[in-house]
Amino acid sequence: MTTGQLILNGIAAFLTLCIFSFLYKDNPFYKFAERLVAGVATGYWTILLYHTNFTDKVIEPIFINGQYHYIIPAVLGIMMWTRFSRKWSWISRYPIAFYIGIGSGVSITVYLYTYLFKQLQATISTPLTLDLAGLNVLIIVIAVLSALIYFFFSSAHKGIFNVASRFGIYVIMIGFGAGFGLTVMGRVALLVQRIIFLRDYIVALFGG
Amino acid sequence: MKSKNSIQSPSKVGFWEKLMKIDRRWIYLAIGIVVFIPMLVYLGFPIRVTKEVRSVYERIDSLPPGTVVMVPMEYDPATMAELQPLAYAVLRHCFSKDLKVITTSLQIEGVTIIKEDLEMIAAEYGKKYGIDYVFLGYKPYPGIVILNMGENFRKPFPRDYYGNELDSLPMMKGVYNYSSCALILNINATSGVDYWINYANGRYKAPLAIGVTGVMVSDYYTFLSSGQIFGLIGGLKGAAEYEKLINHVDLACRAMDVQSIAHSVIVLFIVIGNIAFFATKKRKKSI
Repeated sequence: MTTGQLILNGIAAFLTLCIFSFLYKDNPFYKFAERLVAGVATGYWTILLYHTNFTDKVIEPIFINGQYHYIIPAVLGIMMWTRFSRKWSWISRYPIAFYIGIGSGVSITVYLYTYLFKQLQATISTPLTLDLAGLNVLIIVIAVLSALIYFFFSSAHKGIFNVASRFGIYVIMIGFGAGFGLTVMGRVALLVQRIIFLRDYIVALFGG
Repeated sequence: MKSKNSIQSPSKVGFWEKLMKIDRRWIYLAIGIVVFIPMLVYLGFPIRVTKEVRSVYERIDSLPPGTVVMVPMEYDPATMAELQPLAYAVLRHCFSKDLKVITTSLQIEGVTIIKEDLEMIAAEYGKKYGIDYVFLGYKPYPGIVILNMGENFRKPFPRDYYGNELDSLPMMKGVYNYSSCALILNINATSGVDYWINYANGRYKAPLAIGVTGVMVSDYYTFLSSGQIFGLIGGLKGAAEYEKLINHVDLACRAMDVQSIAHSVIVLFIVIGNIAFFATKKRKKSI
């Protein structure tokens, strides 16, 4: 590791420890590191957005290539900024209307296809067979119906409906449990990576 | 005898009550120690390769040299611990098979990290930019960008990250959209993965696999069983499985050792916490 890398990694190690210090209690070191992250991230993406979007979509097409139709989205973008004025904020509703209209038009059909039709198809179209795969399909169908019944409020949850609803909540709980377990795994992975970084830094510093 | 039991009981429950009120910082310290100590030695706990990870490996492994694949990578400093080892493993596999790799990064905070990761792994295999791999970089609004790439990569990215015209890159000759790529493997730490499923697979029917963080995995199994994605690699565990498949032990396999021990301790704490909860609850009832 070169001296430059050692210094940079030293700063990173110090900031890591600053963030970890919050585990003991809130303190000025933690606050400093937290605000530094927010500031650096904001500065970073502002400049990146300028170079990847404003230059490509406004400056070059309009002022260099003479593609004047790019003025329309540029003006719509400028209109968004009127939200900061109480007097003129109504103007921003026009670009927002465009944005919502285009967004809805593009996404509604494809979202229905992805999240509803394909999922429904996968749930009901798999054949029931007399083996473990068939049992798996049966469990999936019962679990889906029970979870849906739990959220069906147009009828009182009594009798068989209540049994299905109760089973539905267990299905949902299992789902949350799996999510929680995986979340713990993810969080431990973050800790492991930081500890590995600190260990490697100490080894490099002391030439171990 | 009876009176003796009644004297012993409060001291036992007192212990559990103390445990219920333990300062959470002791738990943090315990986890810290448990994470640090196993790091000193590589234990090599067994890693079982799951079907959903193997399917990604086999699909990539079956491609002939020169095939174009797309590996969009969207992670940032907060999530690189889980996804960077996976990105390394996947890129190593692709480059070792002499596949051509197109990469984007539609997550703004991670662009530079991903550029460096790509360059580092490409250098390991002596791959040249523009011939063996291309980095298109970042554009805002991932949904719109993914839709546009389905028409032509040149629409959202007339130039790559380094400012080269796409047509000036030898690798991009005749490569226009997803239909020019044998598969897409999206490594993603954000909800942006939904756009890839919706648009790249839903709209353009591109064969898609995903690599996501541990937190996200359970949400995406439904897309695996419906066939919308052909593979799912979840978190550090998935990355370790992939490392095992390519026979290249690196960050993920080493970290999984630590993770296994840390998980065991967490499970132990949960069991102790539950015993303490029921013991104190029983005492409250008896009072």
